[in-house]
Amino acid sequence: MSKLTRRNFIRLTGTISAATSVLGWPMVSLAGKASGRVVIIGGGFGGASCAKYLRRLAPGIEVTLVERNTSFITCPFSNAVLGGLYNIDYITQSYDALREVYGVNVIHDNATTINPAAKKVALAGGAALPYDHLVISPGIDFQWGAIEGYDETASETIPHAWKAGLQTLILHRQLEQMQDGGVVIIAPPRNPFRCPPGPYERASMIAHYLKQTKPKSKILIYDAKEKFSKQPLFEQGWQALYPGMIEWIKESDGGAIERVDAKTMTVYPTFGDPQKADVINLIPPQKAGAIAQAAGLSNDDGWCPVNQRTFESTVHKSIHVIGDAAIASPMPKSGFAASSEGKVCATAIAASLSGQEMPEPSYVNTCYSLIGPKYGISVAAVYRMEDEGIVSVKGAGGVSPADATDAFRGDEARYAVGWYKSITSDIWG
Amino acid sequence: MQTSMRTLVITMASLTGLLMVQSGHTGELTRGAMLSASCEGCHGTNGHSPGSIPDISGKSAEFIRISMEEFRSGGRASTVMARHAKGYTDDEILLIAEYFANRK
Repeated sequence: MSKLTRRNFIRLTGTISAATSVLGWPMVSLAGKASGRVVIIGGGFGGASCAKYLRRLAPGIEVTLVERNTSFITCPFSNAVLGGLYNIDYITQSYDALREVYGVNVIHDNATTINPAAKKVALAGGAALPYDHLVISPGIDFQWGAIEGYDETASETIPHAWKAGLQTLILHRQLEQMQDGGVVIIAPPRNPFRCPPGPYERASMIAHYLKQTKPKSKILIYDAKEKFSKQPLFEQGWQALYPGMIEWIKESDGGAIERVDAKTMTVYPTFGDPQKADVINLIPPQKAGAIAQAAGLSNDDGWCPVNQRTFESTVHKSIHVIGDAAIASPMPKSGFAASSEGKVCATAIAASLSGQEMPEPSYVNTCYSLIGPKYGISVAAVYRMEDEGIVSVKGAGGVSPADATDAFRGDEARYAVGWYKSITSDIWG
Repeated sequence: MQTSMRTLVITMASLTGLLMVQSGHTGELTRGAMLSASCEGCHGTNGHSPGSIPDISGKSAEFIRISMEEFRSGGRASTVMARHAKGYTDDEILLIAEYFANRK
């Protein structure tokens, strides 16, 4: 028995208006007439979001995504892998849906050179891809050598695990092999860097693992900073779940590391005593991914200045930079922010290629951190474009309340898992 | 002949349009879609959430509007939604509500 309720009526009229729009009375502005070629380098949170949303917005645009790996292992939830909550398969995303459902031409290759004048990208495999718009979402590279003794070879012994995959597995194995009573050092860099709350979520997840299996162990955070993201909430959570296990050493207390010795497993702070450890996770200073540097898109600090409305580089026309590599401050270098930037960039390009005006952009960030499997916290922000660039909307956003109940923390842990399922399906699903 | 051809073209266009809407292939180059892209990060493409975050696809515009207004005022309890809702004006909430009401 079917009653014409108010809700059904709205649904019905919704269907009718959608149908009439294709009959020639446009109710919505589809960028259906847009055509052109867009090449996207990098299939992470930024690049894959941009590819999918471009195809949704303007199916007439040919989108080629160049990504060196055949699957993508996400940094988000890699700390939960270290904590033993999930395995690496859980955080591995496939490009099948982008290819098969959304018609993105996914090429697994390395982009080697960009020719902005000829509007072409050369691939290691020999192909040259012409473009009308190029989007670069290369993520981060490390400033090897910024900390004495730390280079790519040393990272096999002292993992950064700040690009998920093999590095995550190395750190995981080291934690598993460590004896009870061992010392783990986590050393986060100065700002700006990828995923500001990440090192502290990592300390939490490693503590969760150690508490169950090696409860006499200690975690020392040698920090190159005086404060960190969601700090009061993390410290409150550590006190509640892992009392006495995690010690945070700020820069002015000798937290900044200037040298590391992979043979003796020792870190040397800028002042104070050297510290030996059983496991060292050194997260070095970062810069925009190599291809952005090679194309001359970065500034002296190693990051790429962009028009924050369209993410078009201020260096080269028709080349857009999104994600961690771009200067989008006050947006953080997070996967969620990269995805939001990818959608704004897709909207800008679809508008440009269809000769329409770009709708006013809107940006967002939502990051959850798991302190324990049933203890989650979050930070959120809504952004809009003003004359000076991207600004946080006043009165909106912020972190979880300090005085939340256990039930609230439990809900946020549940939503953290839902967040991961949603964001990954919104990008790769 | 011309009429039947025209009917065929219109029918095919309608079918294609409806199929694309149903399979979630289409987006819109509108302010409503731009704002709603932010929601889709947590609530899923077209509002289809695969996990613990509430699915908002096809919810009535009125339901979404009232929920957002109540999150914003604090009249409705939430974890993160109050912090998001405060970032949008009445007009923006209406556009978001209409966008998801018209998703399948």
